[in-house]
Amino acid sequence: MNTVNATHDGHPTGFLRRYVFSIDHKVIAKQYMTLSALMAIIGGGSSYLIRWQLAWPESSIPGWGPIGPDNYNALITLHGTIMVFFVAMPFLLGAFGNYLIPLMVGADDMAFPRLNAMSFWTLFLASTVLVISFFVPGGPAAAGWTSYVPLADKPVYTGVDWGQNLWILAVALEFASFLMGGVNFLVTGLNLRTRGMTLMRLPMLVWMEMTAAVVFLLSVGPLVAGAIMLLLDRVAGTSFFQPERGGDPLLWEHLFWFFGHPEVYVVALPGFGIMLEVIPVFTRKPLFGYAMIVYSTIAAGLLSFIVWAHHMFVSGMDPRLASPFSITTIMISVPFAIITFAMIASLWRGAINLASPMLFALGGLATFLIGGVTGIFLGSAASDIYMHGTYFVVAHFHYTLFPVLFFGGFAGIYFWFPKMFGRMMNEALAKVHFWISFLAFNGVFIPLFLVGLGGSPRRIYELSSYEIFKPLQPLHVVATVSAIALLVGQLPFIVNFFYSMVRGEKAEKNPWHANTLEWTVDSPPTHPNFPTPPRVYRDPYEYSVPGAAADWIAQDAIDERGIQAAGV
Amino acid sequence: MSAGVDVRRGAIAADQDSIHQIAPGKIAIWWFLASEIMVFGALIGVYVLFSFAHGGFAAEGEHVQWRLGAFNTLVLVTSSLTMIMALASARKRNLQQTRMFLLATVLLGFVFLGVKGFEYTTEIREGFTPATGIFWSFYFGMTGLHGLHVIGGIAVNLVLLVAALSSKPWDLLERRIEFAGLYWHFVDVVWIFLFPLLYLT
Repeated sequence: MNTVNATHDGHPTGFLRRYVFSIDHKVIAKQYMTLSALMAIIGGGSSYLIRWQLAWPESSIPGWGPIGPDNYNALITLHGTIMVFFVAMPFLLGAFGNYLIPLMVGADDMAFPRLNAMSFWTLFLASTVLVISFFVPGGPAAAGWTSYVPLADKPVYTGVDWGQNLWILAVALEFASFLMGGVNFLVTGLNLRTRGMTLMRLPMLVWMEMTAAVVFLLSVGPLVAGAIMLLLDRVAGTSFFQPERGGDPLLWEHLFWFFGHPEVYVVALPGFGIMLEVIPVFTRKPLFGYAMIVYSTIAAGLLSFIVWAHHMFVSGMDPRLASPFSITTIMISVPFAIITFAMIASLWRGAINLASPMLFALGGLATFLIGGVTGIFLGSAASDIYMHGTYFVVAHFHYTLFPVLFFGGFAGIYFWFPKMFGRMMNEALAKVHFWISFLAFNGVFIPLFLVGLGGSPRRIYELSSYEIFKPLQPLHVVATVSAIALLVGQLPFIVNFFYSMVRGEKAEKNPWHANTLEWTVDSPPTHPNFPTPPRVYRDPYEYSVPGAAADWIAQDAIDERGIQAAGV
Repeated sequence: MSAGVDVRRGAIAADQDSIHQIAPGKIAIWWFLASEIMVFGALIGVYVLFSFAHGGFAAEGEHVQWRLGAFNTLVLVTSSLTMIMALASARKRNLQQTRMFLLATVLLGFVFLGVKGFEYTTEIREGFTPATGIFWSFYFGMTGLHGLHVIGGIAVNLVLLVAALSSKPWDLLERRIEFAGLYWHFVDVVWIFLFPLLYLT
């Protein structure tokens, strides 16, 4: 008895069934991509407003108007919330995970296609709730994406009432969406692998998505509990976080960061996965240290649960916690170092082809290294005491999140666009996109490291009233000009994306000559993905094998001469 | 859905080089329960810590009605038993018994909710609301969240009961009763933690 849940019997008809309420993983992936792109416009737009305000505080922002302190707090809250929960997660997990996991393991769809559709529509509902919160009396949430209490606990402190409640609801729905999706990823990766696809033959992206799913599933619970407690405090009069009535504000920080820290690895790992897929293809040599990367990923996932209080060194928690959490935080840098060194070692003596996917992958690697290294200063309690709450932190986490989300994400888009849409993107425009973005990104955040080291706190809507920060103001101007360049620099991509979708050169099945199973099917894939189920004989990164007919051998190739079982 | 291994779906047959195949729904439900354990685990852990800091909530604990709580514990444990019996009946393909035990589980669930509702009503009438203090925040918060999970479980069991009233393929029904049973036992186990913590201080 085939215990795999029944996928679609036959082709659905009707516009709604095929394109709106589809249960096909490829359509759902594109829906996630579209939703995250729309939310990215809002998130990116808020960053424009934030940066302008910081560079020229007394001015009225072109296209918007003046910003007061309350609006600023709402903007930074929405920027963080949207970018982490409504762009990074949907894009790296929802889009790439859904599109590629079935294809890479040799399946025709996810284990639970209808649950998959439900997970997307739950996220859509979550996004709608968040957008609605912009328009309620009192405005949207303004207590930071971390929603610290007591600021978030009592409407009187922010002047925001329903906006904060809706924020809690939106984030809770987003959690529900990714719980559903995570279960789907895990069961698909465990149960739907085709014949011969052992765990150690899985493409790295699948390992990363599965690990991210496990970490998310196990870490989100305490924050769900905390969110319920926060909502109850706000609407039911409970006192979980109110010290004057027996509660403890620090409890929120513990609950939030117990999830919040594993969450950043949930976002980072799939970004690494994309880079790890791209690098071997564009060096034409095997990935260095496959097994070590797998074990490091699992170790990082485990360790991520015991580092959270490095976000809380100056919170007033028991000072005796500083040492243990500093130690675990230093420890977790080891598996990530292994993964990044494996990427670098994969380049050694490779035939490096700087095509756009590779440029973005390398750009991501280079910038992530800066992010990772600056994390050491923050993970160590002694130095963190000075730098907590300053722009140094802002620069650090943008140097980790942005590489995986932006550079990793675009590496993925440029790499898999031919598979998704059956056409090639324009390489010249892609390179322009990369170089403007890479230079502008560094132009935004290097100055912010310096601003932070100068002692300037974050989350302050304007700093011109502080004499000691006046010398830092030119750095803010540089950062803002770069930020505008970064936003404008996305235009080549937008033009490229939509033009190539209709007028790009038609793509063959395997334009990059890559080994993994998604490149053995049509571009775009037929329905079902695999008219005959594949049989896997080899590891995913067998490039430039001595004696082989070509410098690549597909995973389903029968022998070293590269003859494929299922036909070219 | 076809009988036998559907090769077209690319699924791994049990004798291939892969893990021993466990039904996907079972893996899914266990992962879902794992995340739910984290939710309640966090709440319970936090409550225990607060309890130490507040001298075990001895004073507030005087006002919870432990006899009703004990009765409710009995109700839920019995409902877990009837759920197991429903699964056993489904495995024996005895439709009449399956319906009976599913109905019993649903009814016991409603009894639990009824008693809980009565408790809440009397407590609020006496002036103990969620806003009364930190103990009551936890009491209403934790039992309320648990109660929502009981409602969800009753809903699922009702759907299964309806499915068992019309003729349904046994394989599917048996599997679904098994998964619903896992969830229901989880709800029961959570209560078994909540009861001593909240009622027997």
